[in-house]
Amino acid sequence: MKEILDRIQSKYNLQDTSFRTDTMAFTTVSKELAIDMVTYMRDYEGFKHFVMMSCVDWIEDNKLQLLYLLNNPTKKCDIGIKVFIERENPSMQSAHHLWKQLWTYQRELKEAFGIDFPGSPRVDENFVLEGWTEKPHMLRDFDTNKYAEETYFPREGRSTNDPATYMRAKLYPNQPVTAKKNKDHE
Amino acid sequence: MSKFFEFKPDRSKYPAMGADGKLDIDLSSQKYTKLWLGPNHPGVTGNMAVELTLAGDEIVEAKTHVGYLHRGFEKLIERRLYVQGFPTSIRMCVAEPDTNEYLIARSTEVLSGYDKDVPEMAQWLRMLSLEMARLQGLLRGVPGQAGTFSLGIGVQWGVYLRDLILDRFEELTGARVYHMYIIPGGVRGLLPDGFKKRMEDNLRDIDDFIVRIRQLMFNNAIFNKRAKGIGVIPKEWVEQYGIVGTNARASGVKRDIRKDYPYLHYDQLDFDPPTATDGDIYARSWVRWQELIQTVDLIRQIMAKMPEKGDIRAQMPNVLHWKIPKGETYTRLESGRGEYGMYYVTDGSDKPRRVNLRGPSYTHAIALLEKMLVNTNIADVHATMVSLQTCPPEIER
Repeated sequence: MKEILDRIQSKYNLQDTSFRTDTMAFTTVSKELAIDMVTYMRDYEGFKHFVMMSCVDWIEDNKLQLLYLLNNPTKKCDIGIKVFIERENPSMQSAHHLWKQLWTYQRELKEAFGIDFPGSPRVDENFVLEGWTEKPHMLRDFDTNKYAEETYFPREGRSTNDPATYMRAKLYPNQPVTAKKNKDHE
Repeated sequence: MSKFFEFKPDRSKYPAMGADGKLDIDLSSQKYTKLWLGPNHPGVTGNMAVELTLAGDEIVEAKTHVGYLHRGFEKLIERRLYVQGFPTSIRMCVAEPDTNEYLIARSTEVLSGYDKDVPEMAQWLRMLSLEMARLQGLLRGVPGQAGTFSLGIGVQWGVYLRDLILDRFEELTGARVYHMYIIPGGVRGLLPDGFKKRMEDNLRDIDDFIVRIRQLMFNNAIFNKRAKGIGVIPKEWVEQYGIVGTNARASGVKRDIRKDYPYLHYDQLDFDPPTATDGDIYARSWVRWQELIQTVDLIRQIMAKMPEKGDIRAQMPNVLHWKIPKGETYTRLESGRGEYGMYYVTDGSDKPRRVNLRGPSYTHAIALLEKMLVNTNIADVHATMVSLQTCPPEIER
């Protein structure tokens, strides 16, 4: 694994290479060279099994990190190729021509993180959220609590108890209740 | 042969493909019919739908729709302490929840530097739990394929025997389906007294079932006629579509994480993953049936080789204040449906930055299924879908 990365280090100007094990490495490449490198690893280095594509929101750096995780079934090693793209109007070159399932990942990333992959099949179709008009839901600044409070409401006629207070009252009815009320049940 | 079987469909009625690669389907021409299969349909594997476009009874286009089960598990785990991720993660795959427990436990151990501390006994118990999960999945999956060809009695046998394995899970973990048995640093408990004997009794019942289900499926004329030559996955598709597990092995690509990337103590077990070459529904059923035999054998081997006593949990930090240094890893295992992995990213805080599951159905149920269904008969849709062992919860997480 190290030998492969040493060989292509200068060609792709790899940054922040780290080895999780002897057979699993993560490295960062520029946005312009990423798909070229993924293609090279598939065609020349035997990384023929596309494991997954993922995204991490590094909101504090104002970056989104894409990951292409490739596996070499013969040498039994993995490489995670990371690409950092801008968080505002994110867009990335499509790689759907390399593996036939890859467009599915790009379609999901468009919905979940708002990343556009121009030319990727069905990239604008809904994936899991039908008719979603809010901010992409997997971004760190999408506030799930706020969304839930604004969208849903407590069902009327339903009463709940704080389990700790309820059990204390049942088990020790003579003791005064000192526990704080649970705000969720107010 | 009667004239009926000599019938060749009129291919001219099929839609032409435009320059943009899309089919020219004009529903108003009345040549085509739209049919939604699912999400509420007994033949569909879970909560997903397949939008079919039919010309007569042949499929010209298929689109998989998911989202009926989305509960935002990955997002929820990002907002919770590491230990709070367990009850959430196991629900990402109903068929084999234990696989999620292992992945999340292993990922946190690797990133926090405790991966070498997991005691020997705990590793064997983790392996036992994972193989029991595979067994209960196969007891549903193998006869489930027979069910798609109206051989429903096999499903009833399988459900009964699966319940016996769930009984063993209940006494081992306290729960039947969602166990939360594998935790960071080890497992939650030792084997109860007499567990091995009761498990052996159950395995003997399953040995009988293995013979009966063989007669029901592979010695059955209906199954042979319907399953052979249908839903073929050519060997070259395995790399192109990222096909894994029994679906790949039935097409002649011998790939098993337990052998290729040994974890726990699988390298101490004697087994050889079964394969076939035809790549059709029959081949996939045959491989799974053989895997059923193998899983029973593996459980026997684990129970024979595991130590009688030992620590089951490493000394770990207080889980309520546990912070893991910044890092990332990918952990994988072989589930009953193939490679099951998790990309896990930490940022030094007490919650994970990103948890992303890679389930085999992500490929099998969307890109592959949509491709396989084109030009097949509508009567074969269920059988094809079940033969891929698709599981929607792991797609929409």
